[in-house]
Amino acid sequence: MIEIVNLTKHYGSFTALDHLNLSIEKGTVFGFVGPNGAGKSTTFSILATLLAPSEGTAYINGIDVTKDPKQVRKLIGYVPDFFGVYDKFKVHEYLDFYGASYGIPNEERKAVIPQLLELVNLTDKTDSYVDLLSRGMKQRLCLARALIHDPELLILDEPASGLDPRARVEMRGILRELKNMDKTIIISSHILPELSEICDELGVIENGQLIAHGNVRQIENQLQAQKVLQVKVTENIEHAVSFFEDDPNVLEITRDEQDDMLLQLSYQGTEEDQVALLKKAVEHGLAILTLSQKQTNLEDIFMEITKGDE
Amino acid sequence: MSRLQSLLINPVLNKEIKLRFRSFKNFLGIFLFLAICGAVCLAFIYTETQFSYDGFTAEDSKNLFLLLSMGQLGLIVFITPGLTAGAISGEREKQTLNIMLTTQQSSTSIILSKLFSSLLYLILMLVASLPLYSIVFLYGGVSPQTVLIMFGYLFLTMLAIGSIGIMFSTLIKRTIISTITTYGTMLFLVVGTVILFLIIIRLIVGFSQGTTGGPQSTDHILPYIVLVLNPAVSMLFSLETNSLVYEFQQIGVDWPFWVGFTIAYGAITLITLLIAIKKLRPSMRRKKKG
Ligand SMILES: Nc1ncnc2c1ncn2[C@@H]1O[C@H](COP(=O)(O)OP(=O)(O)OP(=O)(O)O)[C@@H](O)[C@H]1O
Ligand SMILES: [Mg+2]
Repeated sequence: MIEIVNLTKHYGSFTALDHLNLSIEKGTVFGFVGPNGAGKSTTFSILATLLAPSEGTAYINGIDVTKDPKQVRKLIGYVPDFFGVYDKFKVHEYLDFYGASYGIPNEERKAVIPQLLELVNLTDKTDSYVDLLSRGMKQRLCLARALIHDPELLILDEPASGLDPRARVEMRGILRELKNMDKTIIISSHILPELSEICDELGVIENGQLIAHGNVRQIENQLQAQKVLQVKVTENIEHAVSFFEDDPNVLEITRDEQDDMLLQLSYQGTEEDQVALLKKAVEHGLAILTLSQKQTNLEDIFMEITKGDE
Repeated sequence: MSRLQSLLINPVLNKEIKLRFRSFKNFLGIFLFLAICGAVCLAFIYTETQFSYDGFTAEDSKNLFLLLSMGQLGLIVFITPGLTAGAISGEREKQTLNIMLTTQQSSTSIILSKLFSSLLYLILMLVASLPLYSIVFLYGGVSPQTVLIMFGYLFLTMLAIGSIGIMFSTLIKRTIISTITTYGTMLFLVVGTVILFLIIIRLIVGFSQGTTGGPQSTDHILPYIVLVLNPAVSMLFSLETNSLVYEFQQIGVDWPFWVGFTIAYGAITLITLLIAIKKLRPSMRRKKKG
């Protein structure tokens, strides 16, 4: 469905996107995660034919966005991160205008608009003026607007930003419904738990580069460059500390505040290294009761990878 | 639906007209405009009949016509930049442009709709003022052709300045700067051309006095072009049978002013609109390196 090839965008000497490669299957809900300024909106703008890439390109259903943008526009529904509305329009007029802009005949628009309003729970606002809607309602209206020509691909740039928790849950419900309608959806956010719940796949982008890609579990594995090992011994904790200090893969050792027989190791070795370490520890005569890997959640990982180079 | 029809009758135009004419302000504007024009006519007729011995003559009628025409031209010249210079940048600032650009509307139809919907208001004003010209016909002194030429001038001026406004609105991100630039261009056309004309004439006269031979006709195409760019001068000389045309004929430029004006303003309209259409969306085609 989407094939991003070597996508690069320079703003002057600044590189916002750096040879990004990514492919997304039809029907996938793909979450794009990254800190502020990572290049998410830039990528989405290029996919939405609003921005020309400096290098590389993207294909949507095999159509090159740089060669045939008009054709691409038919396939996509785009909800930008910031958008305005024509304040003198009523809700149904607003949708009607965009429907007409896609060349949808009048009768068809009349049939589709109530359905869309129902999908986004705005049926009772049909005759309200657009500027009187709340932020969350506008967001949903914009989503309905993006669906008016029944696009195969939805590009949603932070559709949940500025929404209260209840509206977020509602938005998630709408997205799930769209997924059931077999739409491909790409969606960006900085809020990971929100994405991990609804997305089949995630891509983590930082400094214009894709640093991890896969389903939620795979991302966790890929990104756990540093894992936290918990070692519990039954005696002689100083001996254990000096032993682990000698291992080059152990970056940091902290002793647990409550449990003075528990150590936390920041560990950067591979699984093989880890096996070898444990073996060596046992041979060394440490009285290890348990060694476990602390479960980190995506949020922690996100904080870890996006804290910048030190 | 034919291509031209779909270019002119389209959702963007429809939306613009709907949104623009929804406000009461616009009708108030037309009403005030007509009231002022009417008052000017009455005042003119009143003074001519009260304070002159010969009553309201055909000559007076012609002067009234010239006054009305110049007034309308002034109106167009000053209002058009304001109506058009925010057409695209305004949508950009309201953050509605991006969404519009992701729809199936072609750049051409967006730009043309923006132009026509902005000018529609002015056209409406002009049409509404037509009955005032019946006064002029009543008293004679002006032929229907002259009126036609006058409306041609008004329309072309509106079209060209409007296109300039739309172009700046597309090229410049902020409405305020685009508006200032458009007004600046307008001022050049109305005032700058006259100054430029005077300077050029001075230079030419200075040079031809120094040389032995008579003035070259090529020397005089430049002042003609500069003067033709001025809608007020150009219109006035086309409405009046004038000596200046004769003088230009003497030195080999025998195009009537209206021909030069039509060509110049037609070209301005065409070129600025083409630029606007081309620059509305980013150009996706990259130049190959190397
Ligand atoms: N028009 C522009 N001119 C110069 N730099 C720009 C422009 N647009 C974006 N950038 C820069 O490109 C980088 C990527 O921006 P982008 O908007 O894609 O980030 P993002 O991932 O969407 O961030 P956020 O989470 O804050 O929305 C940023 O560093 C930004 O400053
Ligand atoms: Mg963004």
